[in-house]
Amino acid sequence: MEISIWNRHFETMPREQMKNVQSERLREAVERVYYNVPYYRAKMQEQGIGPEHIQSLEDLKLLPFTTKQDLRDNYPFGLFALPMSEIIRLHASSGTTGRPTVVGYSRRDIAVWSEVMARTLTAAGVTNNDFIQIAYGYGLFTGGLGLHYGGEKVGASVIPISGGNTRKQLQLMNDFGSTVLACTPSYASYLAEAIDESEIDRADLKLRVGIFGAEPWTDNMRKEIEKKLKIKAFDIYGLSEIIGPGVSFDCEYQNGLHINEDHFIPEIIDPETLEVLPAGELGELVFTTVTKEGLPIIRYRTRDLTRLHTGICKCGRTLVRMEKCTGRSDDMLIIRGVNLFPSQIESVLLEMDETTPHYLLVVDRVNNLDTLELHVEVEDRFYQDKISELQNLGKKIKNQIESTIGLSVNVKLVEPKTIERSEGKAKRVIDKRKLK
Amino acid sequence: MIIEQLSVFLENRSGRLHEVFEILGNANINVSACSLADTSEFGILRLIPSDPSKAREILKKNLFSVNVSEVISFAAPNSPGALSRALKILADANIGIEYLYGFSPDDKSFIVVCPDDAKKAVEEFQKHEMELISASDLYKF
Repeated sequence: MEISIWNRHFETMPREQMKNVQSERLREAVERVYYNVPYYRAKMQEQGIGPEHIQSLEDLKLLPFTTKQDLRDNYPFGLFALPMSEIIRLHASSGTTGRPTVVGYSRRDIAVWSEVMARTLTAAGVTNNDFIQIAYGYGLFTGGLGLHYGGEKVGASVIPISGGNTRKQLQLMNDFGSTVLACTPSYASYLAEAIDESEIDRADLKLRVGIFGAEPWTDNMRKEIEKKLKIKAFDIYGLSEIIGPGVSFDCEYQNGLHINEDHFIPEIIDPETLEVLPAGELGELVFTTVTKEGLPIIRYRTRDLTRLHTGICKCGRTLVRMEKCTGRSDDMLIIRGVNLFPSQIESVLLEMDETTPHYLLVVDRVNNLDTLELHVEVEDRFYQDKISELQNLGKKIKNQIESTIGLSVNVKLVEPKTIERSEGKAKRVIDKRKLK
Repeated sequence: MIIEQLSVFLENRSGRLHEVFEILGNANINVSACSLADTSEFGILRLIPSDPSKAREILKKNLFSVNVSEVISFAAPNSPGALSRALKILADANIGIEYLYGFSPDDKSFIVVCPDDAKKAVEEFQKHEMELISASDLYKF
């Protein structure tokens, strides 16, 4: 049987030809940011380079990096390369001190996003005969709508149920005959158990494919989910700063995620020296978007650690493959698909008068769902004799954190000076989730 | 007639309560009355020590969170309905009670109560000729 590939032209393009495509698109992208984004122009001028210095892929390393902080510093629309009249969609992710990272899409960007998601779904065997149940959150998070547009593009029957409401998920899965489930791997695992405990007989369900991403998961978790749900599980990778889901995807051989490199050029750098590393070496993944119009990004540091592999895959695709990310070059946590930096917790606590910024985050996975527990010290000067007041303090911290980071958290009040202080970098996080 | 009560924040961890009393014992501080309130998350130990300021100082030195609150103590006959009559005085004066604890060593009961307005509660009790227990009386126990 022939393997389905959505865009055979680009997905199986010989390497030399791909390099030419990338070089040409890179030149255009650099011109766009130089002339339309003052921030990039200033940064390039600082380094003494202009668009004329970027002639081919080899010159990519001359360009400045972009970080999440740069996006925040230019909040909300400072890095956009188009007037707002050309921006038809905004997405955002939560950020430190409540300042989100904002991304904007032109009409063509949405088309590109749909295209890369169509490739992603096709590689997982999804066709117009499928029913795709999208249990990623819809809204400012890119997960739900990214899958949605890809699903419509391949012509599948899209069920935009969004996240949560497990009972309804099961009902529609059963009644509509969903064949594809798209959600975070932890929610997939949770749904598998919910099916077991429900009246529904797995044999009556038509589910056969899972499209899982937005949080790190291991091959063992994949096997477990596949066994429990009796489906084939595909990994997807993406980040809103680049486009959302659709940056890279699993094919049926699951030998690394194919990067849509005609749109997003990857590099691997040493996070310390910032030098570009050769293919096959472990380092930080960096992306340059070469077709994005609304928010083109030059050399975005993802902080994800991985390796790249070139060479033709058994599926026939020539698109470079990235290994599952093995970690981060910063302290970001991914909890239920939501990015969380411990510094976000710290700034919330600092803004409150009743607490000190001594805290400990305990992340665990209970019944396949990530849990977040925050230990806060009750200092003498905040301590009240009344139980109700202590409980109110706990509730206030909880509400404050939840409204800022968008994740539910259990607050545990602990005795003063019981959270370990260390010389140098404080231990702020205990991650008990087993990612092996 | 207002008595200084210490309250100590405790995590629900075995051995912590023992540590508090060990520290106080070693400092030669006697505890006349105490009560432990617990929630699923933490506990609050309330105690009336023979030397509140010294007790507070030494507990703080040992990194406990300590709060001083005002409570009053009164005596009532150790007989049915006696406590009810005493509490009616506070209820009639519209004084709320945060918590109370007590003991009955002989023909009298001794109650420690934390009203929302300690001064007013003392006045009301005096008006009704209730037997109030001073801090120094309490330390004799």
